[in-house]
Amino acid sequence: MFEFKLPSLGADMDEGKLLQWLVKPGDRVHKGQVLAIVDTAKAAVDVEIWQAGVVRELLVAPETTIPVGTVLATLDELGETAAAVPSVGAMPPAGRLRISPAARRRAEALGIDPATVPGSGEGGAITLADVERAAGRPQSVTPPPAPVPRPPVAASPDRNAEMRRAIAAAMSRSKREIPHYYLFETIPLARAQAWLTAANAGRPISERLLLAALQLKAVALALAKYPELNGFFVDGRYQPSTAVHLGVAISLRQGGLIAPALRDADSKPLAQLMRELADLVGRARAGSLRSSELNEATVTVTNLGEQGVEAVAGVIYPPQVALVGFGAVAERPWVEDGTLGVAPTVVASLAADHRVSDGHRGALFLAELRARLQHPDEL
Amino acid sequence: MPRDPGELRAIVVATLQTIAPEIDAGALRADRPLRQQVDLDSMDWLNFLIGLSRTLGVAIPETDYRRLVSIDELVRYLREKTG
Repeated sequence: MFEFKLPSLGADMDEGKLLQWLVKPGDRVHKGQVLAIVDTAKAAVDVEIWQAGVVRELLVAPETTIPVGTVLATLDELGETAAAVPSVGAMPPAGRLRISPAARRRAEALGIDPATVPGSGEGGAITLADVERAAGRPQSVTPPPAPVPRPPVAASPDRNAEMRRAIAAAMSRSKREIPHYYLFETIPLARAQAWLTAANAGRPISERLLLAALQLKAVALALAKYPELNGFFVDGRYQPSTAVHLGVAISLRQGGLIAPALRDADSKPLAQLMRELADLVGRARAGSLRSSELNEATVTVTNLGEQGVEAVAGVIYPPQVALVGFGAVAERPWVEDGTLGVAPTVVASLAADHRVSDGHRGALFLAELRARLQHPDEL
Repeated sequence: MPRDPGELRAIVVATLQTIAPEIDAGALRADRPLRQQVDLDSMDWLNFLIGLSRTLGVAIPETDYRRLVSIDELVRYLREKTG
């Protein structure tokens, strides 16, 4: 027998409310399967299990708030009760409604029974838009020319206050415990932009790349050479990570931010990275993330350039040891080969943990990042 | 046949609301740059254009982005494209 515990959901979330079980006793589950949905200040989190087994007993009832580490269920290892339990493999449990957490929450708020809503998502899943449609216009399924005004998703004052408290706790801890140092480097982007324009010219709009994808890939590749910037500082000791899982800081429309992980960003082709980034941003904004995405990021990247700021001196998200920031892409005077000209540039920054690395290595990392962005075709 | 400008405007606003549900559509100025009125990052903007492209079945090449600044300009552009 083994236990299924509520995993860490990142430094700024220490508890959650169990919303729903997706399995019942007797169900066979596979590694990586989502067993439960837990609501937190930032998102409804799909909680995955990391060992295959057969559910023996569910120990926590829906609507209960529990701290991280709580045993949610007990399971038998495969083979322990194999004779008694019919195998259902990777099939979702019978009777499970396929609905996104954001859609479920919205349906609840509107007093709609989700079971009555026709789903248009993957595999007939009910999406937020389906719920809105069901709420506003009972029978119609055509694209909405006259939208129903609606309040922002999950923007209750309580939730915002809770998220503020969660962010405050993690960032206070960071500023208390981590001796930050900061470095800045201006990076010319003429080559990256020209490459991007040419690459996008041949792509349909849904497959176009954003500069953000190039920046993320360049960071991931540069980090591979500087393991002292990629890992966790836990119990007074640094544990470098061989994998590069980039936490991508995403601002939420109702306020606050979340930085879920883009896994193995150093080894994925740009097109795939872009697709996964779009998916991650969409799910973060809709309030639906997986538990692994909230606790696996080995470093964080923030891009505040969209708001027009020149540069960012970031706050490290513990237990990580570095944060890479990008400011706005702007045309600036630029000297190349002794000639003054005008070039698109971006200021990249590094905030890093002095317990683990020194400014010299940090500077080499930024130089590597700059070099990587001069060869976009190799990203 | 080109689409009716009123219908196109409604589609533009509805698509915008799928990206930024918090906006007050009534307060938007159609003749002012959209991204100065609504907090849209480059991912939001791309998703907005993907939404329009899908709903209306038109291709929107990247070289046309600079024409797409205000709602009025978007409507004019989409009218040409659907015509």
